[in-house]
Amino acid sequence: MFKITTEVITGEEVREAVEGPDAGAVVLFFGTVRNNTGGRPVKCLEYEAYPPMAEKKMAEIAEEVSDKWGINRVAMAHRVGKLEIGEVSVAVAVASPHRKDGFEACKYAMDRLKQIVPIWKREVWADDEAEWVKPDAVYFDALKPRKTAPQTD
Amino acid sequence: MNVTVKYFAVCHEMLDRSEEEMELPEGATVKTILKRLEEEWPEIAEFYEVMQMSVNWEYATENTELVEGDEVALIPPVTGGCDV
Repeated sequence: MFKITTEVITGEEVREAVEGPDAGAVVLFFGTVRNNTGGRPVKCLEYEAYPPMAEKKMAEIAEEVSDKWGINRVAMAHRVGKLEIGEVSVAVAVASPHRKDGFEACKYAMDRLKQIVPIWKREVWADDEAEWVKPDAVYFDALKPRKTAPQTD
Repeated sequence: MNVTVKYFAVCHEMLDRSEEEMELPEGATVKTILKRLEEEWPEIAEFYEVMQMSVNWEYATENTELVEGDEVALIPPVTGGCDV
């Protein structure tokens, strides 16, 4: 299962997506909405995705996991839209014969998701200000609001 | 030829639209689109180096050649998942 969804993500659905008789371990990871970023109170988060490309990239990550660990039971789901504090934004499930590979593969898949899957997070602060999250200091001045309005002809 | 160009997150916000059809000359590349966007939003050039482009759901370069019906997207730095 590789999906972008507006629905609540449950542990059961991602676990079921990877279960099988050859599995001796199932590692589940959930990313949840935290109530602050660097100490600044967060009201909620808004996620946007490019769904067809995101799901394609998730499937590619699963291929990478297969190449590295020989594990073919990987599921990834990411929610989009407005999420409240505590809700699950992302889930990764890996089923493997033994736990060591499962833990490693799950971490790898999550790290790769953050690198290549086209999903964006917008923080809505407790004071109702909102901004797209910057992965680091790269957004610089180019992303300040324009002074001139776009042409509409 | 005509291609579809999609804008996400901050690009969507800054350009005030999520996608559009663009008519391009034969032989056009991704760069042709970027140059056209610069005319409307000059500052966009400043962060091309951190932004990626895709063609038909695959990461592409400025030099990727386009054909009729391609779906191109501007991909700002991705920030999915969570901060752990």
